[in-house]
Amino acid sequence: MEFSQHLLSILIWLPVVGGAALIVIGDDQDAASSRAGVMRLVAFVVSAITLLISIALYVGFDNAATGMQFIEKESWVPSLNVFYSLGVDGISTPLILLTTFITPLVIIAGWDTIKSRPAQYFAAFLILEGLMIGVFSALDALLFYVFWEAMLIPMFLIIGVWGGERRVYATLKFFLYTFLGSVLMLVAFIYLYGQTGGFDLFGFMDAPLTLTAQKYIFIAFLLAFAVKVPMWPVHTWLPDAHVEAPTGGSVVLAAIMLKMGGYGFVRLSLPIVPDGSEYFAGMMIALSLIAVVYIGFVALMQNDMKKLIAYSSIAHMGFVTLGVFVLWSFDGGTGAGLGIAGGMVQMISHGLISGAMFLCVGVLYDRMHSREIADYGGVANTMPVYAAFMVLFAMANAGLPGTSGFVGEFMVIIASFKANFWYAFLAASTLILGAAYTLWMIKRVIYGEVANDNVAALKDLNAREFIVLAILAVSVLLVGLWPAPLVDMMNVTIEQLIEQVGHSKL
Amino acid sequence: MNLMDYIVAAPEIVLLGLICAVLIADLFIDDENRVRTFWISILSLIAMLLVLNATAPDARTVIFSGSYVSDPLSQILKVAAVLFVGIAFLYSRDYLRANEIHKGEFYLLGLIGLLGMMIMMSANSLLTMYLGLETLALSMYALVAIDRNSVTSAEAAMKYFILGAIASGCLLYGISWVYGVTGSLQFHEIAAAISSDPTLNNLPLWFGLAFLIVGISFKFGAVPFHMWLPDVYQGARTPVTLYLASAPKLAALALFLRILVDGLGGLHDTWAAMIMVVAVLSLLVGNFVAIAQTNIKRMLGYSTIAHVGFILLALFSGTEQGNAAALFYTLTYVVAAAGAFGMIILLSRRGYDAEHLSDFKGLNARSPWFAMMMMFLMFSMAGVPPFVGFFGKLNVISAVIDSGYTGLAILMVLASVVGAYYYLRVIWYMYFEEAEDKAVLQAATDTKLVLSLNSVAVLALGIVPGWLLALCIQILG
Repeated sequence: MEFSQHLLSILIWLPVVGGAALIVIGDDQDAASSRAGVMRLVAFVVSAITLLISIALYVGFDNAATGMQFIEKESWVPSLNVFYSLGVDGISTPLILLTTFITPLVIIAGWDTIKSRPAQYFAAFLILEGLMIGVFSALDALLFYVFWEAMLIPMFLIIGVWGGERRVYATLKFFLYTFLGSVLMLVAFIYLYGQTGGFDLFGFMDAPLTLTAQKYIFIAFLLAFAVKVPMWPVHTWLPDAHVEAPTGGSVVLAAIMLKMGGYGFVRLSLPIVPDGSEYFAGMMIALSLIAVVYIGFVALMQNDMKKLIAYSSIAHMGFVTLGVFVLWSFDGGTGAGLGIAGGMVQMISHGLISGAMFLCVGVLYDRMHSREIADYGGVANTMPVYAAFMVLFAMANAGLPGTSGFVGEFMVIIASFKANFWYAFLAASTLILGAAYTLWMIKRVIYGEVANDNVAALKDLNAREFIVLAILAVSVLLVGLWPAPLVDMMNVTIEQLIEQVGHSKL
Repeated sequence: MNLMDYIVAAPEIVLLGLICAVLIADLFIDDENRVRTFWISILSLIAMLLVLNATAPDARTVIFSGSYVSDPLSQILKVAAVLFVGIAFLYSRDYLRANEIHKGEFYLLGLIGLLGMMIMMSANSLLTMYLGLETLALSMYALVAIDRNSVTSAEAAMKYFILGAIASGCLLYGISWVYGVTGSLQFHEIAAAISSDPTLNNLPLWFGLAFLIVGISFKFGAVPFHMWLPDVYQGARTPVTLYLASAPKLAALALFLRILVDGLGGLHDTWAAMIMVVAVLSLLVGNFVAIAQTNIKRMLGYSTIAHVGFILLALFSGTEQGNAAALFYTLTYVVAAAGAFGMIILLSRRGYDAEHLSDFKGLNARSPWFAMMMMFLMFSMAGVPPFVGFFGKLNVISAVIDSGYTGLAILMVLASVVGAYYYLRVIWYMYFEEAEDKAVLQAATDTKLVLSLNSVAVLALGIVPGWLLALCIQILG
C-alpha cells in the first residue's frame, strides 16, 4: 500500500511542513488575537495527526521480524552515494512513538503560557518533532547527521527566544557544546565513507576495521553521544539549558533529545565498532557510575527545582549507558540483553517522567515565576490535585515499583549484578539517592505549612494542565505495571544486536 | 585565426560592445533618470546570459593561438559571475539612490569588472590571465572609491590600490620566471614542458611559483596576504563590498585552477605545501579574529578569509574530487555572501549604514521573514545542515581525508565550531535581543523578492545538492 510505504516520510515531513506553514502565514505580534488562536489550533491538529499516524506505525510494526521495517530508500546525492534511506526496528520505534506522544502534550502545555510570537514557538516544536523522528529513522549516516544537526536550530531558538534571564548564555553553550561533539562524528562518518564507498549504516557495520581505527571512531562517536546523553564530565550544558529553557523546551530536551545519545550508542557505536566499544566498556561503566552516584549527590544540593530535575536526568541517563556497556561483562551468558533492554526501557520511562516533572515545575512557575524551592512550601494545601500528580511523578522518579521508573532501573541493576557485584551496588545507590533528592524536594515544596501569601493564593490545575498531567500519569503507570508490550517490541532487535556485537571485526 | 574563433569568444566581445553602449547611453541620462542605466545594465546582463547559452562549449576549445580557452569550467563560472553581478546591481540600486551616489559609473565599472573576470575565466596563457586580472582590479579600485566624499572609502581604495599593485607586481614577476624557465606563457605548453623535462622542476621554477602564489593568495585574501580585505570590506560602501565579495571570488578560483592546476599541475607537491600553510593560517586567523569584530562588514570580511581557507584546502588536495569540491564551495559560498551583504543593504537607508552587528538587534520583531532569511544565510555559512554550506564543507573535508590528511580534517571541523560562534551571534542579536531601531524595512518589491529567493536558495540547494555537485564533478572530472 502506498501509505505504509511512505509512513516514515509522512511522520517526518508532515510536522516539518506544518511548522513551515505556520512560520510563513503566522505573523503574530499578539498572543491573544484570534489569528494566534488559529495558529495554536493548527499546530495542535498537525501534531495530533502525526500522533495518529504513528499509531499506524505501532500497529503495523511486526515484533517478530528481524531487520528493518517500513524501509524507504531513494538516491539523494548520487555523486557521494548518499541515500534518503529510512527504516525502523525495535529500538527506534518506541523512541519515535515517544516523540509523537510528547509533542502534542508540549503544544497543549504551551497553549496560553506563551505570550510572545506563539506561531513561531509552535512552529519550532513541530519542525523539531519532524527532525527528531528523522534522527530515529535515518539509516544513512549522512542523513542521520543532517537531522542530528538540523535539530539544534529549532532548540537553539526555543531556548534563546522564549527562555529565562540567562537564556543567551545557556543556548549558546547548548549549541556550541553539541556542535563541537558532533563535528568529530562527521569526520568519523567521512572516514568510514572512504572505507566503504557509501554512507549506508549497514555498510559501516559490515566494514572490517582495525582496532586502532575502531578506537578513534569510538571516541569520535563518544564525544557526540556523551554530550547529548549527557555523561559526566560533559554534562555541564544541560543544567543551564534546562533552567533557562521554557517549560516546553525543557520537556522536549529531557524527554527526547537526551535519548538521542543513548540511541546513538546502540545504533552506531555498538554495531559499527564492536571491538572499540569493548575496549572502552570499562571506562564507560565507570563514567556511568560516576553519573549515577556523584550527580545524585549534586542533585541533592540544588535549590532550583529545574536544576534538580536536570541533575536527576543526568543520573538516570547514567543507567542507560550502564545498561548498554555492561554487555561485555558477560561471557556469553544469559542476561546480556537485559542490560540493553533495561537501558531502552529506562529511556522511554525517563522520557515520560522527566517530561512530567518539568511540566509540573512549569505549572508552578507559570503561577509564581519562581523555580526556587525556598519560595514554596505547603503547596498541597492550596493545590491538592496538583500535589497528587507531583507526588506520583516524584515517586516514579525515585523508582517506586509499579511506576515506569522502576522497570528500567531494576532491569539494569539485575544485569549489572550478574556482571559484577560492585557495579550493582553502586547503581542501586540511586534507589536511596533518587528517593532522597526527589522526596526531599517534594517535602519542601508540597508539604508543610503554607509558606507565604503567594502560595496561599495559588489556584489549582486548570482543565488543560489536568489533561496533560493525567495523560502522562496514566502512561507512567501503564509502562510500570505492564511493560510487556514495550519489551516485546525490542526483544528481537536486541537479540540481533547482541549477535552482531559478538562478531569481532578484527 | 579564423571567424570561428570570434564566435567562441563572443561573450567577451559582446560584453565589450554592451559596455560601450551603456557608456554612451549613460551620457544622455540625467541624474533623476539614472535608474535607466540600471535597467540597461540589467538588460545587458540578460543578453550576456543568452549569448553564453548560445555559445555554450561542449568540449575544450582553445583559440587565438592558444591564449584563450572555452570549456565547461569557464562556462559555469561566467554564468555564475553574470548572475551575481546582476544580483549585486539589483540590491545596490535603491541604496545608491538613497545615498545620492547613484552614478552610471557604478554599473559601468561593474560591467568592466565582469569583463575582466570573464577574461580570467577563459585565460589559457599567463598574459591573458594578467590582462583580465588587471581589468578587474582597476575597476574595483575605482569602485571602492566611488563615494568621493567618504574618507573611509578613499582610504580603503588607497590601501587596496597600493597593496593590489604590489601583488600584481609579484604575480608578474613570477610569470616572468615561469616564462624564462619553461619558454612558454600558455598553460598547456608549460605543463608539457614540465612533464617532458623533469629537470625543470627545480629551484628557478619554484622561485617563480612562490611569487605566483603570493599574487594568487592576495587575490583570494588568504593569510598572510589578507591585510587589505577587512579594511576594504569595511571601508567601501556596502554595494561595492557586496560586488567585491561575490563574483570576483569565482575569478580568483579560475586564477588558481588555470595557473596552478592546468599550468603547474606537475609541481603539485611543491605548491601544495605552500598552499597548506596559507590555507590553515587563513582558517585560524579568519575564524578567531572574526569573533572580535563589531562591524558586520568587517566580520564577514574575516569570515571570507576563513572560507578561503576551506577553498584552498580543497585545492590543496590536488585531486579531481578536491577541485570539484572547491568549485562547489565557491559557487555556494558566493550565494550566501551575496545574500548576507544584500541583507545589510536592506537594513540600511538614507544616510545610515546598518553595518554594526547591533543594527541587527530585534530584527525578528521588525521583519520575521527577513530575520529568518538572514538566519538561513548565517547557518549556511556556519556549515550547519540542512543548508548548502554544510555540503560545501562536507565535500572539502571528504577530499582532504581521502588524500590522507585526517588530522587536517579534524582541525577544519574544529575551526568551523569556532566560526559557528560569530554566526550564531548574528542570530542571537536578531532573535534574542530587543530592537533598538524600530523602523519598518523599506525596499522595492523586486529587491525583496530576489533577496528572498537568494536566501531560500541556500536551503533549497542544501536539500537537493546532488545536481550541482554532479555538475561540478563532471566539469572538473
